[in-house]
Amino acid sequence: MSVTRRGALPDTSAPGTAYDVTVVGAGVVGCAIARELARRSLRVALVEASGDIGEGSSKANTAILHTGFDAVPGSLEARLVREGGRMLAAYARETGIPVEPVGALLVAWDEEQLAALPRLAAKAARNGHHGTRFVDAAGLRALEPHLGPGALGALAVPDESVVCPWTTPLAYATQAVQSGVDLHLDCPVEKVRPGGPAAPHRLITRRGVLRTRFLVNACGLYADAFDALVGRYDFTVTPRRGQLLVFDKFARGLVRHILLPVPGALGKGVLIAPTVYGNVMLGPTAEDLDDKTATGSTAEGLDALRAQGRRILPALLDEEVTAVYAGLRAATGAEDYRIAAHPELRYVTVGGIRSTGLTASLALGRHTVELLADTGLELGPERPLAPVSMPNLGEAFPRPYRDAARIARDPAYGEIVCHCERVTRGEIRDALASTVPPATLDGLRRRTRARAGRCQGFSCGATVRALFEERAR
Amino acid sequence: MTGGGVVERAVDVLVVGAGPAGLAAAARLAAAGAGRVEVLERERTAGGVPRHCARGGFGAFTGPGYARRAVRAAVRAGAVVRTGVGATGWAGPLTLEVTAPTGLERITARAVVLATGARERSRSARLVPGSRPAGVFSTGELQQSVELFGLRRERIGRRAVVVGSEPVARHAVRTLRRAGVTVAAVVSERPRGARLPVPVLRGARVLELVGRGRLSGVLVRGADGRTGLLRCDTVVFTGDWIPDHELARTGGVPLDRATRGPAVDPAFRTCVPGVFAVGNLLRGVEPAVVAAAEGRAVADAVLARLAGAPWPGPGVPVTAGGAVRWVSPHRLTGPAPTLLLRPSGRLLRPVLTVEQDGRVLHEARLPGRVDAHRSVRPPTGWTADVDPAGGPVVIRLDKP
Repeated sequence: MSVTRRGALPDTSAPGTAYDVTVVGAGVVGCAIARELARRSLRVALVEASGDIGEGSSKANTAILHTGFDAVPGSLEARLVREGGRMLAAYARETGIPVEPVGALLVAWDEEQLAALPRLAAKAARNGHHGTRFVDAAGLRALEPHLGPGALGALAVPDESVVCPWTTPLAYATQAVQSGVDLHLDCPVEKVRPGGPAAPHRLITRRGVLRTRFLVNACGLYADAFDALVGRYDFTVTPRRGQLLVFDKFARGLVRHILLPVPGALGKGVLIAPTVYGNVMLGPTAEDLDDKTATGSTAEGLDALRAQGRRILPALLDEEVTAVYAGLRAATGAEDYRIAAHPELRYVTVGGIRSTGLTASLALGRHTVELLADTGLELGPERPLAPVSMPNLGEAFPRPYRDAARIARDPAYGEIVCHCERVTRGEIRDALASTVPPATLDGLRRRTRARAGRCQGFSCGATVRALFEERAR
Repeated sequence: MTGGGVVERAVDVLVVGAGPAGLAAAARLAAAGAGRVEVLERERTAGGVPRHCARGGFGAFTGPGYARRAVRAAVRAGAVVRTGVGATGWAGPLTLEVTAPTGLERITARAVVLATGARERSRSARLVPGSRPAGVFSTGELQQSVELFGLRRERIGRRAVVVGSEPVARHAVRTLRRAGVTVAAVVSERPRGARLPVPVLRGARVLELVGRGRLSGVLVRGADGRTGLLRCDTVVFTGDWIPDHELARTGGVPLDRATRGPAVDPAFRTCVPGVFAVGNLLRGVEPAVVAAAEGRAVADAVLARLAGAPWPGPGVPVTAGGAVRWVSPHRLTGPAPTLLLRPSGRLLRPVLTVEQDGRVLHEARLPGRVDAHRSVRPPTGWTADVDPAGGPVVIRLDKP
């Protein structure tokens, strides 16, 4: 069990010391696959180019735990989202990942959208969701009193939830590492020398050579580029940017459900959703780009979001914005995941994992391990994973600053450092000493919410930085 | 709150926030025999923002000296100043929920004085687009980093751009230079302003932040409409203050739309009986001495409340018109000893008009120039003539 960020990789040149499986890419999908592999007596490496887990698409998604009601029926994505959603809901209960089952409303703003609702209900039924129901304009008004004028009705999807997108991959990675997986961060793979029938693959990384018998591509936006390293050219990833606005916690009272747009000819439109942290999110935009690093927001994007938000929930625009961010999803031109096993290469590509990847992650992990077995990997007997319990960042669940017994045992939980988000010195200390510690202040924010609140560090920034640097030194 | 062990306590006056306003209120109240006066400060050290303003402009003192003196005055008068204690919510109309390393408390007071101050709007709140690199500060974070934690150029950055046109922009420039950081430019949206020891781009606007990992520049549109990239690894967003009104709002205290602070009457009473609000919580930044004066001024009304005086009704609302951005107090329940108003821009010898229901209560030409970064204190003799049963009082500034 180890996490490395610098120095040479462990020596895998002697016979029998190669990793059995190496998963490249420590996003939510790669972490889930590594965790699933950790159930077996295998030597597993999880290799990541950046300095932290979940640094790519995973950290900037819409944080919805989908039911998969609107997936393409019969697709792999539909199945894995359905299964993964149930698995993640159960896993969240077990590990303390915050989930709020708020339900969703597909709001129709014109006759055309209204007419589309029965078709969407039928599609949901084909995906196994029979719980949807139609809500008329008056019923909708009662459910969402702050909705803007003109909403004609909605399709209610009761089981859609919001989840913490940061704790989820962290829980997987923590559990994988504690169960024996080696996590190598800051370790970009530059070349792959595929091995022969008896020889392991050699990954040429910036930190040395890593040998592995089996290989998994979980590179997200870069899945096509990694495929190319092993000589596969099956699809191209087009980054699709989604810009999002996060509104102050004072906005939380304005919305009770995930307000989804009705997909139509003019694109998918934006949604408004509560977050588990007690904020409200507006977005995403959908812009097809060719730069896989273009995670910036734009004035046009923010203006467009605000215009749409004003129509859906006018009072939202009166509240302060606490964060603006953009994420890139991996579009491949297909309405399904691009998962492929290549037995001759002892290689599995888990590509084209779009925004549903968070929901599907656990099912993706299981599915990938099955494919590896089909590819010739001997899994061996199952063993239990190390139990993990994640710190709660959810506003609807008990937080340390309100826990008298906990503060009595350890006064550091009574010392609030980040006042907007009520993050205590004890939680920051714990995150810095955790199994997969943060490499940056942003990583610390994703583990604790410190500096993520309305003041964005005006009050606490200097103190949080000092605590972080004290530990880093 | 979960678990047992929540201590229930009672005090006479609970002051939230140990900055200039809160400390001045506590000192005056304790000295006047208000009983147990307790000040809660969430920071480890009392004194508020002046603690990290290492400059003059606080009477005869620097910020830290001013802060220490204010703490000493409150303590010497008999107020209890508790630090590292966070007020996190309300358990009743005059009962606050409190978290401290010593445990959880519910403190019930006979009067609550909110003095929670203000903060600068963040880059996100200003909707400045671009990437999300490291190297983005507010003046508050910068000053704390430099003055309280001793950060220098190596750990802040080498070359900074300061955004803003309020006096605090100058303080940010000074702090950066003290820390050894080169200030490439100040980007100010206003066409005019005070001279600074660094290049100032007036009438200019930040369009976008650029940089992966670390900031590499800010894209700026100048007054001439041309766009250019200012190379820098640090940017400080200054000013654009918003009251830290979380506690006020969660306590159901109505806010004034223009200031985003609690709507108060001339005695700093909010619309919630027993709850007062003073200082920069009311409207964003005024100098510390102004906030402290409000803290002292609230004492009479708090003492009257403790003695059983009735809480006045909502009174007559005061609203801003013409080139007035905001007015404080926001409601009149009787004659106002002082009035504070903030112009929305620069005007030379503007005409101040006060009207109620079409009736002119006061009209006068202000001497000299008014500007957006400084409040105006007009005469208040007319407040005695306000019809308590009438409509809103509108205060305007107009070009002569």
